Amino acid sequence: MATLKRLLMWLLLFAPAAAIAAGPMGFDEARHLLNRTSFAANIDDISAFARLTREQAADRLLSWTGRGVKTQAPRWVNNFESPRRLRMMSEGERMQFQREQFEKGVELRGWWLTEMLTTQSPLTEKMVLFWHNHFVSSLQKVRSPVLMYRQHMLLRKHALGYFGDFLHDIGKDPAMVVYLDNASNRKGQPNENFAREVMELFTLGEGNYTEKDIKEAARAFTGWGLDIDSGEFVFRQQAHDEDVKTVLGRSGSFDGDAVLEILLAQPQTAEFIVTKMWREFVSPNPDPNEVKRVARMFRDNRYNIRIALRALLVSDAFYAPQNRAALIKSPVELIVGTLRQFRFETGETTPFVFVSRSLGQDLFAPPNVKGWPGGEAWINSATLLARKQLLERLFRAQEMRQPALMSMNREDGERVKGVGKLGADGRERFMRAMMDIHFDGGKWLAQFKSGDPLLTRVLLPADPVNTQIASLEGNELLRQLVLDPVYQLK
Amino acid sequence: MDRREFLSVAGGAAVAAWMPGAAFAQRAAGNYNNLLILVELKGGNDGLNTVVPYADGEYYNLRPRLAISRDQVLQLDARSGLHPSLQPLMALWGNRELAIVQSIGYPSANLSHFRSIEIWDTASKSSEYLSDGWLARAFAASPVPQSYAADGIIVGSNEMGPLAGGGTRALALTNTEQFLRQARLAVPMGSSRNAALNHLLKVEQDVAQAASSLNTNYTFRAEFPNHQLGNAFKTAAQVIASKAGVAVVKVSHNGFDTHSGQQGVHARLLKELAEGMVAMRTATQEIGRWDSTLMMTYAEFGRRPKENQSAGTDHGTANAHFVLGGRVKGGLYGPPPALTRLDGNGNLPFAVDFRDLYATALEKWWGINSSVALNGRFNPVDVLKA
Repeated sequence: MATLKRLLMWLLLFAPAAAIAAGPMGFDEARHLLNRTSFAANIDDISAFARLTREQAADRLLSWTGRGVKTQAPRWVNNFESPRRLRMMSEGERMQFQREQFEKGVELRGWWLTEMLTTQSPLTEKMVLFWHNHFVSSLQKVRSPVLMYRQHMLLRKHALGYFGDFLHDIGKDPAMVVYLDNASNRKGQPNENFAREVMELFTLGEGNYTEKDIKEAARAFTGWGLDIDSGEFVFRQQAHDEDVKTVLGRSGSFDGDAVLEILLAQPQTAEFIVTKMWREFVSPNPDPNEVKRVARMFRDNRYNIRIALRALLVSDAFYAPQNRAALIKSPVELIVGTLRQFRFETGETTPFVFVSRSLGQDLFAPPNVKGWPGGEAWINSATLLARKQLLERLFRAQEMRQPALMSMNREDGERVKGVGKLGADGRERFMRAMMDIHFDGGKWLAQFKSGDPLLTRVLLPADPVNTQIASLEGNELLRQLVLDPVYQLK
Repeated sequence: MDRREFLSVAGGAAVAAWMPGAAFAQRAAGNYNNLLILVELKGGNDGLNTVVPYADGEYYNLRPRLAISRDQVLQLDARSGLHPSLQPLMALWGNRELAIVQSIGYPSANLSHFRSIEIWDTASKSSEYLSDGWLARAFAASPVPQSYAADGIIVGSNEMGPLAGGGTRALALTNTEQFLRQARLAVPMGSSRNAALNHLLKVEQDVAQAASSLNTNYTFRAEFPNHQLGNAFKTAAQVIASKAGVAVVKVSHNGFDTHSGQQGVHARLLKELAEGMVAMRTATQEIGRWDSTLMMTYAEFGRRPKENQSAGTDHGTANAHFVLGGRVKGGLYGPPPALTRLDGNGNLPFAVDFRDLYATALEKWWGINSSVALNGRFNPVDVLKA
């Protein structure tokens, strides 16, 4: 009896947190989890997840990841265009070639957006986006949509795999070899670009290495190049520096892979990656002790990304009240989230390629090797107005019974940056795609009873700022909800 | 003003807090009728091929492929000359409205783009991490009048740079008409303890205020070159022509990270830069603002003197920059690049601290105290007419 009493006491003292965590998570936690790990949480999914524990929910989301791309890839992805051919072209042929490359770039972005709009595993796409913003390369410099597609498929392959394998593969990824100039890194004349960024941005973070380490590492990466005819990675023995290098206190006649192993052996690498994942999924202010704990698990499990992500998604910090609605949606999250949440019908996704660019996120072309800074940097006067204008047009169009974004077409359609470069046929398809965007407001609203407070709780991660919202109904309610500043948060 | 208010205004300037006289001096209104235009050369401009030490044999040794030959250089004096693409600037040089400051840098240079531009933007030491931009700190201590449309505008970039943080009223703009059309969607709605939400609310507030005082009524006769930088200058000029102006304009010129195949790209970038700055001079002259305009270029770093194997240049340190305006004393300032005194990484030593240039803008241009914004005393460069 005394033992039982002691046990009860123990339960009372220590169990509350555990008891809550072990029970079903409920509506708000489910909404929070789905909003952070997918583009938009709809009422059916929230209800289903509300019955799960945090652990069950995380496991279910993870079990849906990595099942491959459903959207048909552009037809040209296996036809690498050797720059050798470019050199022999006439001026006219070259211009034609460049226009085709531009169109392929648009098609590639549209393809990925389509996958994000239709996938059963939005978390997979969020992780691919995460890595696209970590192992950055850009079409602007690489100039080959084929190589950028191959890199994208590599990001998919490893998105929830093992970070160590990922790092070795990305170093030899042809688009990366071009982007960070390893293609011209030769014995006796090293190019430091890749060596610097691999330490500063891919593994250790600024301040955890010296300029000497960079110089030495650059020598180890000499010889990593690109076969100009096939676009495949190639190791050129004669361009490789065989001499002894000293990197982070270790010496040997290292090659590039050996240097990457040295970087992976640093505890700092795991902490750097986990910190970045924290900023993406949890909050703008990583908790150093929690980061250390998760980083240790990450490293102890051979850098299994899935394990680090799961640890973050079941953590108390993830669900802490101060971390709810604490992150700002990226442009792609805002666009894809809105289209998914409201079940917009769309044709080709081309218009949204240009919209996401105007909001500050041009897929396959991050601004520089550090990627999009994200967070509050997403929002300035220009981008906030562009976000609001997009939302207003999407919802105003519904009210006026005209195809969404048509008004955009009239006012600045021809001026949407880049559309002119699509050529007559491309512009025609762009306009048609704009007319294909439809939203059935009545049908969407029918999921909720009139005045149902759940509607606001589904759409917003916190109370709206606009106090008049409580008195609104129907389409006007939807419009004001998406125009509320809180809609920009997740 | 009571002491507590002063402390909150002056931020971390603890020493100054014990000097009541200095406290009031810092709060004194700046002469923000004087406009500052910052032109960021993103990626790190190659100063050596911009202001060429054409009489230095070592330059030709270090740059067998990339050197600008002596007969192509636009000679400024017996040692230095401009890249031929900068021809449009020669009119300003002849008019003594162009100052060129050489060997600008800072101690313990960092060669990372991101860290080094952060050092420039926050005016920090190499070993010090600050979150607010140097202009944000300056405006916190000496506020821009509320009647201004905004403290500053950023054209053609989403990064606030020197205007980041604090309570700065900074706007990012691409096109003024479009901004005014869209601004009706911004509604001031207070503040929040949620940092992300508060940021959104503040941006809405800033937009609403700027939109109520900006207009595009003035049409320039001056023509702007038809490229991205030209358009950015055009937008900036429209804002300046509005009755309620701004104290600072920042425009970005992208693409200077020339690790490979530098020659053609760099020539184009410099040509655009020169055309854009000259167009801005014509435009500000047209509205009687050239004498109250100071334009300065900056970048995270210069590039390494020795060219690399890819006909490009890697990240370097000290650099040359342009200062121009109707009240600038034209000429060459700072020592030429010391190509025979390179450091262990093969980079140049600096002689003029970049914060000396900032002190010039703060003290000599706006007449405000610079030590709060720059976290210390720096010596203004004597590039302005009295």
